[in-house]
Amino acid sequence: MTKAEGRMAGRGRDLFEGRGDSVMNRREAISHLAKEDFFKGGHPLCPGCTGGTFWRLIAKVMGKDSIACVGSTCVSLPIGLQPSAFCLPSISVAMATPGPLLSGVSAGIRALKRKGRIPRERQITIFSVAGDGGTADIGMAGISGAAERNDDGIYFCFDNEAYMNTGIQRSSQTPAWGWTTTTLDGKPQAKKDMPRIMAAHGIPYVATACISFPEDLISKSLRAKEMMGGFRYIHTLGPCPTGWRFPEKDAIKVGRLAVDCGIWLLYEVVNGEFRITYKPRKRKPVREYFAAQGRFSHLTEEVIKRIQTEVDQKCSKYDF
Amino acid sequence: MEKDKGIANKMMLTGNYAAAYGAKLARVDTIPVYPITPQTSVLEKIIALIRQGELDAEYIPMESEHSVMAAAVGAEATGVRVFTSSTSQGLAYMHENLYVASGLRLPIVMAVPNRPIGPPVQLLADHSDSLDQRDTGWIQYYVEDAQEVMDTVVQAFKVAEHKDVLLPAMVCYEGFIISHFLEPVEIPDQQLVDEFLPTYSPDHVVLDPDNPMRIQVLTTDLYFMEYKYQLQEAMDNAKIMIKTVDAEFGERFGRSYGGLVQPYRMDDAEIAVLSMGSIAGLSRNAVDSMRSEGLSVGSLKVRVFRPFPAEDLLEQLKSVKIIVVFDRDASIGMGGILYSETAGVIFNLPTSPTMTNYIIGLGGREVNSNDIKSLVKEAIRKPKRGSVERPIRWVGVRGLSE
Repeated sequence: MTKAEGRMAGRGRDLFEGRGDSVMNRREAISHLAKEDFFKGGHPLCPGCTGGTFWRLIAKVMGKDSIACVGSTCVSLPIGLQPSAFCLPSISVAMATPGPLLSGVSAGIRALKRKGRIPRERQITIFSVAGDGGTADIGMAGISGAAERNDDGIYFCFDNEAYMNTGIQRSSQTPAWGWTTTTLDGKPQAKKDMPRIMAAHGIPYVATACISFPEDLISKSLRAKEMMGGFRYIHTLGPCPTGWRFPEKDAIKVGRLAVDCGIWLLYEVVNGEFRITYKPRKRKPVREYFAAQGRFSHLTEEVIKRIQTEVDQKCSKYDF
Repeated sequence: MEKDKGIANKMMLTGNYAAAYGAKLARVDTIPVYPITPQTSVLEKIIALIRQGELDAEYIPMESEHSVMAAAVGAEATGVRVFTSSTSQGLAYMHENLYVASGLRLPIVMAVPNRPIGPPVQLLADHSDSLDQRDTGWIQYYVEDAQEVMDTVVQAFKVAEHKDVLLPAMVCYEGFIISHFLEPVEIPDQQLVDEFLPTYSPDHVVLDPDNPMRIQVLTTDLYFMEYKYQLQEAMDNAKIMIKTVDAEFGERFGRSYGGLVQPYRMDDAEIAVLSMGSIAGLSRNAVDSMRSEGLSVGSLKVRVFRPFPAEDLLEQLKSVKIIVVFDRDASIGMGGILYSETAGVIFNLPTSPTMTNYIIGLGGREVNSNDIKSLVKEAIRKPKRGSVERPIRWVGVRGLSE
């Protein structure tokens, strides 16, 4: 058993033992969710926002014995506004701090346990949720520090590919050619590969997910939780009707297209071992993904062809 | 003898080491830190104390000061005692998170060996860095030697954690002059400190899954002023607690520091010399010398700048004719910060004393008690009411014509 495997204690080994990857079928994944809802309705998110679905699912995985360290992001509005839609203990500090905040909370809990002020055997899951800008731009030093120290907690990046809280400004996670209010002719730079950067820290768990694949997101969150110890990172793509310019009812469909067209890969890196967790039976042309959203309406045939070639090359590495 | 009560031993300590021993005596639980000159020896001593098994605390080697204060907030919110230390650019970098610590009512204590904020880059003593943080809602002590650093760290936890206060506190002392100067320091018995400062067990802000709480909210104009006013009330309460705790500390350990303001030979003084930190010690020497020459002069050490000790200063200054304020800091575009704030307090005194401000020793430039003496004498030459010529004076700036 390697040192990294040694960190995986308890139920986690049983629950995920012998699987090719962490992903359960939908029925099994749902069976592991808490019955109770820790994220209530009546919140102020935009109609069709996938952030609400995201919160509801991960809160059900994290469960009652958890503490949330929340970044400044539009999807944190239902947490911070009074009355809060969120029923787990939670704290926020500033835009750049979801990483170090997690470090501080986990050190505090560790001190309480060591000094016997809470029972040593009590499992408390500490997790951060932040947006793409709060994670990959302003929060980059903080998340990198927490990962380098391998501090105990799960970091969820909810990626809607722009600063949506302030009203659709480009971030390092906005894809190339994507329109925002600050990239009127499309973003000239590529999307920064945040999950790979996190994997390069050598942390026990890194995964990508998409809100349109709930069993995949639930399984990966569950896997991260069951690992218990070390810094774990899950990067979830969450389509944004307001910012990506598509009808509210299409949010889940657009997320499926991102994956089925090979634009967004679903994978995990468990203790350094990379594996794709979902391969579309037949990959769809990227044109379908772009056509579903207003933010790519300026793309020319030539550009779409070029992107298709790039995506083909990327996917061929993983045989799909 | 009463003074020997509670003393376990005496050690030669620098101001920074004294800060670390203060944290050890306070039995702090979590310490997120990032190194910066001249603070690094606080951090090194903390690590040594943990390694020797003398301090049982979680040390987190953070990647920046901004992250230090975020981690400090997170840890304190779990209900543990948090200590950290920073200075200068580090304080500036964590600035926004300082507001979070006070706004969420988390009694973190931070040792601050003062150094200016560049450019030009400068590593020596200057109070401007922490005074720049005066509006962040932190209690601020300005102390003058290693013993006071250690004693004040312990006192600061007791004040900060009191249920009528619940505010974070900085213990500020000049870089190198105090942070690196070796002095004999009396270390009190741990058991007596434990009686003085029991374990921190908050119920106002705690991240507890059994009692879920949202910490930090988005609010509107409906509640914002009330939040801020509560901070003001806490600061007002801190004025009382700082004095009470300092007096109790004196009773138990034989040392106290005057609470908010430490007067020296002020009883019949017509001239008051105001200062903070090490300049207060020089001022006392200068006062003795001037008293022997027949001048009616006294010294006031402003030990606590936040909450600003308005009432105590008014009491001390109500019958003086001349006030001379020494600032080892400058608010560019105005003048000395202690001067400005004191002026705001004494403005309504019926006696209308005159005020002169000397900005001195910035960036660690040497100041001695002869400087203080000759400047006080300069200030009291022909003091006409309300007509002080150039009330704000920069001392010894090359190329500045007198």
